[in-house]
Amino acid sequence: MEALEIARWQFGVTTVYHFLMVPLTIGLGLTVAVMQTAWYRTGKDQYLRMTKFWGKLFLINFIMGVATGLVQEFQFGMAWSEYSRFVGDVFGAPLALESLLAFFVESIFLGLWIFGWGRLPKAIHLLSIWAASLATMGSAYFILAANSWMQHPVGVEMIDGRPVMVDIWAVLTNNTLLVAYPHTLFGAFSVAGGFLLGISWYHLWKRRRDGIDTVGPDGKVIVGSRPAIGRDAADHRVWLRSLRIGAVVAMVSFGGVALTGDLQSKLMFEQQPMKMAAAEAACHDGTGFSILSVGDLGSNDCDDLVAVVELPGLLSFLANGDFTTEIRGINSLLPEYQEKFGTHLPDNPIYGERAGTEIDYVPVMEVTYWGFRMMITFGMLAAGAALVALWIVRNGTVPQSKWLMRLAVFGILAPFGANSAGWIFTEMGRQPFVVAPNPDPNGIDNVFMFTAAAVSPGVSLAELVFSLAAFALVYGVLLVVEVKLLFAYCRGGVPSAMPELLHEDKDDDGDEGPGKRKDDDDVLAFAY
Amino acid sequence: METLPTLWFIIIAFFWTGYLFLEGFDLGVGMLMRGFARNNTERRVLLNTVGPVWDGNEVWLVTAGAATFAAFPHWYASLFSALYLPLVFVLLALIFRAVAFEYRGKMDSDRWRNAWDWAIVLGSLVAAFGVGAMLALTTTGLPLNENGDRVGGPFAWFNGYAVLGGLAVVFFCIVHAAAFLALKTDGDIRTRARKLLLRWLPVALLPLALWAVAVVVAGGKSVTYVTLLLAVLGAAFAWMMARRERDGWSFGGLGVFLLAGTATIFTAVFPNVLPSTIDSAYNLTVTSASSSEYTLGVMSVIAAFGIPAVLVYQGYTYWVFRKRVSASSIPAAHAVVPQ
Repeated sequence: MEALEIARWQFGVTTVYHFLMVPLTIGLGLTVAVMQTAWYRTGKDQYLRMTKFWGKLFLINFIMGVATGLVQEFQFGMAWSEYSRFVGDVFGAPLALESLLAFFVESIFLGLWIFGWGRLPKAIHLLSIWAASLATMGSAYFILAANSWMQHPVGVEMIDGRPVMVDIWAVLTNNTLLVAYPHTLFGAFSVAGGFLLGISWYHLWKRRRDGIDTVGPDGKVIVGSRPAIGRDAADHRVWLRSLRIGAVVAMVSFGGVALTGDLQSKLMFEQQPMKMAAAEAACHDGTGFSILSVGDLGSNDCDDLVAVVELPGLLSFLANGDFTTEIRGINSLLPEYQEKFGTHLPDNPIYGERAGTEIDYVPVMEVTYWGFRMMITFGMLAAGAALVALWIVRNGTVPQSKWLMRLAVFGILAPFGANSAGWIFTEMGRQPFVVAPNPDPNGIDNVFMFTAAAVSPGVSLAELVFSLAAFALVYGVLLVVEVKLLFAYCRGGVPSAMPELLHEDKDDDGDEGPGKRKDDDDVLAFAY
Repeated sequence: METLPTLWFIIIAFFWTGYLFLEGFDLGVGMLMRGFARNNTERRVLLNTVGPVWDGNEVWLVTAGAATFAAFPHWYASLFSALYLPLVFVLLALIFRAVAFEYRGKMDSDRWRNAWDWAIVLGSLVAAFGVGAMLALTTTGLPLNENGDRVGGPFAWFNGYAVLGGLAVVFFCIVHAAAFLALKTDGDIRTRARKLLLRWLPVALLPLALWAVAVVVAGGKSVTYVTLLLAVLGAAFAWMMARRERDGWSFGGLGVFLLAGTATIFTAVFPNVLPSTIDSAYNLTVTSASSSEYTLGVMSVIAAFGIPAVLVYQGYTYWVFRKRVSASSIPAAHAVVPQ
């Protein structure tokens, strides 16, 4: 193993992990803001409960995203110093804008929201969750602007061998960004949709299992009530409403993901044809979309592969909107890349020991081929399941089947899987470039960088191995802790976020017993 | 001398100062979670003094890092890669600390709370030490070659300045936190915080002062002697006010000490942003490490709008949560029970 490979693994592991938390934060943040708005406008108890419960889960997840996001920002300089030097003039700006314009808003207004319950005027408290939620989406925009520049560099000129920014507007309106952004947001909402659906299903199911809700002869739910454990009628409304919101969000997001994904793939055929050829494991020019290809994808050898099931014309449709255009396969793209960018890495000290070695322009097909398909499959599964779920709950509750409940809970993972697979596909598909060349004939020449040149020359293999092991260990432990905590709060239902629901039998006429806290002491609406 | 790179050097120095001033007390409060705080209620008082604000404070670090990347990519790349191992520990420390703040109160169990308490104490300690070492080394130099890469093994950065800078920030955080707690709490904790401040202030500020003296002597700029004096006066003022139990003024005095101290250090090393201890020809300076004029110009426009906005709404949070926290303001912990 070389330092480069370890550095890549580390970036991959830490980024995929970070992006487990990010979509849930973005998706759930907006959902909670909408729920609180509903409470603000209608005053209905169920919306307050929804805000508190989902808000609590949002926070448990949010903090992990914040904590692991720091690593993302530091590791460009730590492990990828040559990359940072090469792209810093253009790549650093969106990151700086992200922290100055979005991350500050997110962190500060979330602090206000958490501790401001009952302290801030209701409208300002509502405004603070909206500010935080919109800022998470603003963050996503700037980070994707940076990433899109790596996929499709624009707005720069080459001066002394480095890309120098000449047009920030071009960077912020990169066409790659304009489709990647809604695609990513819809992906995030689909995660939140699945999350709402799965957990609400579990609670509706539990109310039936415990005999609180029953089903009448007409098939309609008869809502029961057991206030002592917080299981009253409003509790039923919380879960049913949340489930329906989740299912609708999941379906709408899938529509959005599919539409923007289609636009994105059309752009990608233009901007990174090799990535799409590798996504298809398409060696020869053709029009068909492979449903199943056999052969040894891992060997990355074209002659080994046969597409056994193929939808004729579909690939052309994805790329071009018709059914007949020949889409170029790896065999015809490869000579072009070799001619333009060389067959071997140049004899430049920047490549270290890798100088002069042969360049493999074909991304790891096992990863791109299956990554692309997993993304689509998981996405479709989640949306299909949401549709079915919506139909099943038409009578106001879920069936008693434990098996179905488990399916709904496990289904939460599908949109997460789709998100991860999509990112792994698009980042691995960009290889061997860390900054992919922009093929636009009117574009900028020669702005590209091989991943092999990007790693820190001064950082040793031992350091990287140590840090990868340390991050993997810590991240592993924290994932267990987060999931454990999420489970506990999910099982606890609304009272886990609103303990006052369990104490309604207690008299609350303001007697000043010794244990009672005085009004003056109530400086914290929510205390750690 | 170019205007924009100099401006951005000042802005980044400002971000670091803001970070040390704000997160300084929440790091210190973190270190005091064990030892100083005697029981769970006191720990919760400490935690809740910084609860609504610590995350916003930490963004100053993120912004300092991102602004360095954008404005001085060579500085960012050389510094962060040379300090690879210590920064891994800083990151892990900050991760544990952040998660601990949020998760500690979410289960009603002593084992759970104990574990997170230590995550907060150690996380705060390691993060403060690491940031201090990094700042000291960027002002005193690292063994960098012509390309700006570290020469020597993973520990080639380690020297007396790293230790001095680390201790400087750790000790500063502790007294800063004591001043903050005197200002933000009531009752027994407030009294003990004042005592801690009064007893340790003169000693705790020594490492930072030594570091400043070292770079001032090496830099030899007369203005830095003035700012250094100002820093000493700030510290003396803070101590005198602490004696008179004027909590707000002593906290302010520490602020003056920090501001004048970091201004001294950054002015003394200017125009170097990261000297090379191998050959001064390899020094990274505000001009050699900076981004293009265009990039800095764009960033300046954004900063001109963004920084004041941050100061306003961050200031607003401090105003909203201005009340003192005491043991009686802590509500009972509640267990999360499966329904």
